[in-house]
Amino acid sequence: MSMFKKGKKKTVPELGTSSDIVFMLLFFFMVTTQMRDSESKVQVRVPAASEAAKLERKDLASYINIGTPIPALQSQYGTDARIQLNDSFKTTKDIRDFVAAERESKSEADRSFMTVCIKADQDVRMGIITDVKQELRRCSALKIMYSARKGE
Amino acid sequence: MAKRSTPGLNTSSTADIAFLLLCYFLMTTTMDTQTGLSRRLPPMPDEKQKTEDQKVNRRNIIVVKINSADKIMAGTDPIDVSQLKDKIKIFLSNPANDPNLPEMELQDIEGLRGQRRVSKGVISLQNDRGTSYQAYLAVQNELVKAVNELRDEASYREFGKKFFSLDEDQQDIIKKLVPQNISEAEPKDVSKK
Repeated sequence: MSMFKKGKKKTVPELGTSSDIVFMLLFFFMVTTQMRDSESKVQVRVPAASEAAKLERKDLASYINIGTPIPALQSQYGTDARIQLNDSFKTTKDIRDFVAAERESKSEADRSFMTVCIKADQDVRMGIITDVKQELRRCSALKIMYSARKGE
Repeated sequence: MAKRSTPGLNTSSTADIAFLLLCYFLMTTTMDTQTGLSRRLPPMPDEKQKTEDQKVNRRNIIVVKINSADKIMAGTDPIDVSQLKDKIKIFLSNPANDPNLPEMELQDIEGLRGQRRVSKGVISLQNDRGTSYQAYLAVQNELVKAVNELRDEASYREFGKKFFSLDEDQQDIIKKLVPQNISEAEPKDVSKK
């Protein structure tokens, strides 16, 4: 068959640079990949705390973001502090379902170690956080962590 | 026409450049490590249980209040956040056996010979709905710092090492010796008298 005809000498381009192309691709993906799984809809500048410790099991954490909506959404949602669960604004009433869903997603053995990480903006008033805490207590999600950055 | 051959480019160093870039990105990328202050919330009390909880001796409790203007009150007097740590340390260690400070209970702790003084002190943290989160966390941080420093002191005494460099069993011993009893009270309006 003509497709597999041999004999005719063809000039093949050098492939010595293929490894560099692979590296380029690697960098491209490294730079563009975002590690976050949910988009942040609230502005959160977490407060600093010198005693902040690392979260031990990151896979067992679920996050509650509290803060003012990002500027693009402020015309729609106002500038009051809001709670963000997963990808949308929620109220304290939705925390129960959120916690139940998060608990369901963890393996049976690890469920009791689930940590709810409260990522709240430093200017948020405690009222909303107290509401969240009370709701978490009601769902008996008692292991919590106040997200904070290390340093004074 | 004469056959033209393209001169080969010396590409042997590109791999090195690529590795340098790789290393650079490895060093600079933060994997978004979560840090923060871990807490355990108290379970929701049952209606029947409520009266029993009040029976903690008065001297064993220090109430730290933060009002809506982020002013702090520890026990009976207003205090600055910078002084809070020392006050809590004195409260929890009760070095002079002051009858107004918490009882020190002599306890046998597994893994240690002899009895040790263990404080029965409880820190109760109360905040107003208007307290800013920053101030609240600053207070929480001071409380944790006080306990951590006491734990460091205790582990120097018992093991001659910092708490951080102890192994897990030793850390558990120290945790029993210096418990972290911070209770985040039921929400109430502190500013209302």
